[in-house]
Amino acid sequence: MNRAERWLPWIYSLPMVGFVGLVFAYPMLSLLKFSVEHVGRSAYLPTRFVGLGNFRFIFGDSLFLGAIGNNLKLFLCVPVLLVLSVLLAQLLHDRPRGWKVYRALLFVPYILSIPVVGVVFGYLFQYQGQINGGLRALGLDALAADWLGDPALAMPTIMAVIVWKELGFGIILCLARLSSVGEQYFEAARVDGANWFQVLRHVTVPQLAPTLAFYAVVEMINMLSWVFSYIYVMTRGGPQNSTVVAEFYIYQQVFQNNQIGVGAAASLVLLALVGVLLAARQRLEARFDHYAAD
Amino acid sequence: MPPTRRLGAWSASVVRHAALLAFAAIALLPLYFMLTSALKTNDEFLGNTFGLPEHPVASTLLNSVAGGELYVWILNSLIVTVFSVMLSTVLAALAAYPIAMMKWRSGPYILGGLIALMVIPPIVLVIPLFQIAAATGQLNTYQAVVAIYTGVLLPFSTFLLTNFFRTIPYALVEAALMDGAGSWRIFRSVVLPLSGPALATVVTVQALWVWNELLIAVVFLQKDSLRTLMIGLTVFNSRYRIDVPVVMAGMLWATLPMLLLYLVGQRYFIRGLTAGGVKG
Repeated sequence: MNRAERWLPWIYSLPMVGFVGLVFAYPMLSLLKFSVEHVGRSAYLPTRFVGLGNFRFIFGDSLFLGAIGNNLKLFLCVPVLLVLSVLLAQLLHDRPRGWKVYRALLFVPYILSIPVVGVVFGYLFQYQGQINGGLRALGLDALAADWLGDPALAMPTIMAVIVWKELGFGIILCLARLSSVGEQYFEAARVDGANWFQVLRHVTVPQLAPTLAFYAVVEMINMLSWVFSYIYVMTRGGPQNSTVVAEFYIYQQVFQNNQIGVGAAASLVLLALVGVLLAARQRLEARFDHYAAD
Repeated sequence: MPPTRRLGAWSASVVRHAALLAFAAIALLPLYFMLTSALKTNDEFLGNTFGLPEHPVASTLLNSVAGGELYVWILNSLIVTVFSVMLSTVLAALAAYPIAMMKWRSGPYILGGLIALMVIPPIVLVIPLFQIAAATGQLNTYQAVVAIYTGVLLPFSTFLLTNFFRTIPYALVEAALMDGAGSWRIFRSVVLPLSGPALATVVTVQALWVWNELLIAVVFLQKDSLRTLMIGLTVFNSRYRIDVPVVMAGMLWATLPMLLLYLVGQRYFIRGLTAGGVKG
């Protein structure tokens, strides 16, 4: 291999590496620096080194702890998503008439944008909104509530919207996996007299195990890293800060309170949590690689 | 078949369709609300907030775009989406080519690094990037936003294209090498012509992501005239709150491009999103 050939791969990838370095590597290094500083805004308010002060601040800040708590609450969406995905994937896999139409429709929430979804559900969930209207029409007046305006209910309501939006993804993943499982397994179970739930329990779920493990980790990462838009559009962290999540806390500290150091420290904590999940995903991937590949 | 068995199969089918219909109805609820409300006048909406429009009108849909702002926002979103998706796809294809097809010791490490980067929360990147942009006078410019989107998209697009290029039979590359083709020639005449569906998949998924992105747009495009559609919609919503049909008409216009893209390219959407999810 001559010199030119050895450098060839780098020449092709250089533009990509450059952009990724600029957008990921440089910012992450700066974060380390910001996290131990009180970042000043001008020559009159110079930047000061504060050591671990920012970290001490966030771990004493009930708003930050509450935000992490809200992210952990969002993890409760994951088991719901798993159960519903498996059930609906199995229903579609039974190939009822029109299953392709059902599949296309069930996937629609996943392609709608979060701002649109947030605004529309914002109206539907109002106290005088259509959801309560529906409940009253069914005679369930007692269940009507101020879904996004009540601090006790706002977070569960947002969780319901997230499940609504993310479910299509899980269904498609499970369905794709089921299609690659030999039909003879299902057939054999039915010949043995297994009913629908027994097939689900003893054939579908074991076959889906690797897919479900991946889906669970991917969704947990989503619940930490990608929920900003829901909060920004539906509640802006309210009512009474009951829906502040880590991303929104960082956003507020940096872009509203100008506390860049505090935001950077919180960012590193968030990154550490994501890192744990990432490691879990890599392990799962290594474990299941031989039969998860399709 | 004994009659009870047939009855059982029939009722199972009814239950199955009922369950699927119920979930499909829930999935379509916001779309139904947008569509029916956008066809009502505000007067009709106040008396009939959820039913089908009794006197469907086009005026609400037309009024919602009459101010001209929605056009501007849609145009801004299109500019940002087209440029960042094009740039990211070209650079990803160039980078995926050696990772997938050349003997390159660093290749697998680069790929591993990209997979890890795909889960980084954008909020974390935005803080230092905002400082750089402010220091260099690049706030409120499209080139800054396009560069950031490109960088954020590249790990995913490079990863997906690498996986796809690996499925191209190596015999084809060898045959071209025999004919004396250089690496660029092989890329242009062998790899790219075989990658149409993969490129379509990558482009669709990226376009969906950029079109729907909110955080980076909120932070870096703070001037009214530069707003993308997703920020515009939040402004639009607070401005017309008392006229729900107009808000819903705006939401409908904002949704149509992606909905049409989905109807046309459902295959690519599903393939790209599942590929990114399973191994990403």
